[in-house]
Amino acid sequence: MANVLAFAEQRDGQIGSAGREAISAAATLAGSLGGSAHALVLGAPGLSAGAEGLGTVGAETVFVGEHEALGEYNPEGYAGIVADRVREGGYSAVVFTASTLGKDLAPRVAALLDVPLATDVTSLKADGGTVTVVRPVFSGKAFATLEIDATPAMVSIRPNVFAVGEHSAAGTVDAFTPEVDASAWRVRVVGRNSASEGQVDVSEASIVVSGGRGMKGPEHWGLLEGLRDAIGSGVALGASRAVVDAGWRPHGEQVGQTGKTVAPKLYFAVGISGAIQHLAGMRTAKTIVAINRDADAPIFSVADYGIVGDLFEVVPKLSEEIAALKAAD
Amino acid sequence: MNVIVCVKRVPDTEARIKVDESGTAIDKAGIKYDLSPYDAFAVEAALRLKEGHGEGEVTLLTLGDSSSQETLRKGLAMGADKAVLLTGDVTLDGLATAKAIAAELEGHDAPLFLFGVKAADDDQSQVGPMVAALAGRPCVTGVSSFEVAGSVATCQREVEGGSETVEVDLPAVLCMTKGPNEPRLAALKGIMAAKKKPLEEKPAATVEARIRLTGLAEPPARAEGRIVGEGADAVGELVRLLREEANAL
Ligand SMILES: Cc1cc2nc3c(=O)[nH]c(=O)nc-3n(C[C@H](O)[C@H](O)[C@H](O)COP(=O)(O)OP(=O)(O)OC[C@H]3O[C@@H](n4cnc5c(N)ncnc54)[C@H](O)[C@@H]3O)c2cc1C
Ligand SMILES: Nc1ncnc2c1ncn2[C@@H]1O[C@H](COP(=O)(O)O)[C@@H](O)[C@H]1O
Repeated sequence: MANVLAFAEQRDGQIGSAGREAISAAATLAGSLGGSAHALVLGAPGLSAGAEGLGTVGAETVFVGEHEALGEYNPEGYAGIVADRVREGGYSAVVFTASTLGKDLAPRVAALLDVPLATDVTSLKADGGTVTVVRPVFSGKAFATLEIDATPAMVSIRPNVFAVGEHSAAGTVDAFTPEVDASAWRVRVVGRNSASEGQVDVSEASIVVSGGRGMKGPEHWGLLEGLRDAIGSGVALGASRAVVDAGWRPHGEQVGQTGKTVAPKLYFAVGISGAIQHLAGMRTAKTIVAINRDADAPIFSVADYGIVGDLFEVVPKLSEEIAALKAAD
Repeated sequence: MNVIVCVKRVPDTEARIKVDESGTAIDKAGIKYDLSPYDAFAVEAALRLKEGHGEGEVTLLTLGDSSSQETLRKGLAMGADKAVLLTGDVTLDGLATAKAIAAELEGHDAPLFLFGVKAADDDQSQVGPMVAALAGRPCVTGVSSFEVAGSVATCQREVEGGSETVEVDLPAVLCMTKGPNEPRLAALKGIMAAKKKPLEEKPAATVEARIRLTGLAEPPARAEGRIVGEGADAVGELVRLLREEANAL
């Protein structure tokens, strides 16, 4: 059998872009292997209601495991169920998303099944039955092409890189109730603190507005929030390590080698010099805009568009003009 | 409490990476190597735990070649007590690495095994949770800080849009990310002391890699960018370009 399984993560019962991208990548791979794509979703009861809609992103069959204890991700709860589905389905390949959840789950499932794993891949193909991937190494300073000599070939895809496809058929839903004994879990989430209620995470945003030491202090972040709000929804704030280490911004916003890797369609670097460790985290953004008063700042070497000038003059004007543009739409 | 920290020698984060003539390896000329940054956070966490509890031993473990001695000495200079170097090939098959490490760890009963969330060379983010699965231990990834009370570690874990507080029963595996505790620099005294600390070198129980590297390439150069202009006067043109040319707004 040459079928491919996608693990599609849900959050609050919704299957967002992370899960949809995995299903579509699995569907494309299944196409070249001559099989079909299946999806596996785990969560609290009620999930299966909308699951046939996942057919339109490429899943022929959607396995929905529903259990009260599975509403929120737990590594101990999820890994065994995923491994069982992979064993039962006899898949040629399994696709996860390299989100926080996927980075936690996929290696465990791979170890349980005794197959290697290629993480964070940016390209996924089958060449005569062999799965070949490309993935960034050295924080994106190089790209490695890898052949996977194991069945199933297990990969996780980098978020925001694979397109969500459009398929005409609805999927068939196969709902099941996995056996879960939450009392035996040795890992328990006991609290959640949302750093930025209602805001998108920098690693998932389609547009990122990042500030660096040139912002002079945390009291000036209102400027960047103004720019974010002028652009609209789906925009996240990011930061350089210098400002995170200074305590101006939370670590969750840090972009770069020891922070998050982002691949948005638009990235604003405001008052950021462009150190190699920062570039490592954002150089695959589709369009990069730099605002810096130093014309020699290295950030300009990766920027598609740059403005040399004082950010305290440029950013308010930018917010104003973008707001005007949006108002005219 | 005894802690084992798995550390890896990787190119310094400042390093410029060039692919050599073989097309499957980096050009090592001029590259400086260092302890992988997240592993430094893991070493720091282990040292703090030891200091806080007033007892216990911190052991460093690496799979690599003899050049990794330097990396282990750095961790010993930070304050770790001893080190083990498993000599063997390091490949892009993280499960093969995990198996070699797990085989060695069977002989250690430390309640905590610490890892970095990812190594700054292969960026796989997988060896820690794989070792946990192989060793039958629970694992928490993305830990920025943690405390141990009795047989439970309470961890702060970074997730999209915030953090979680996660309890894990010991023995466990924790994969550390950047957190509030900056890794300490080794003082001269530590560097001197490190020379005398035990560093055991032995062959790793390696298995064959099932992920094969067939090519390595530098990233495509970004198309030449342009300076749109100077100061606030350039904003109008920038917004026009973002809308019409880049299709980004
Ligand atoms: C192991 C390691 C890991 C690291 N990981 C990361 C990482 O993940 N992410 C990261 O970002 N860094 C990382 N760094 C740090 C990195 O080397 C830089 O120190 C850091 O990125 C600099 O931050 P910055 O650009 O905000 O500050 P600076 O380099 O100080 O740059 C500030 C910029 O603001 C400009 N500026 C000042 N005032 C104005 C103004 N009024 N208007 C316009 N422009 C102005 C200046 O011209 C300058 O270019 C790491 C370093 C190491 C050693
Ligand atoms: N060769 C190695 N020797 C020792 N520890 C390693 C090795 N490779 C990876 N690790 C550990 O596993 C973590 C994650 O690495 P990786 O999965 O390769 O990104 C690292 O931060 C180390 O703690």
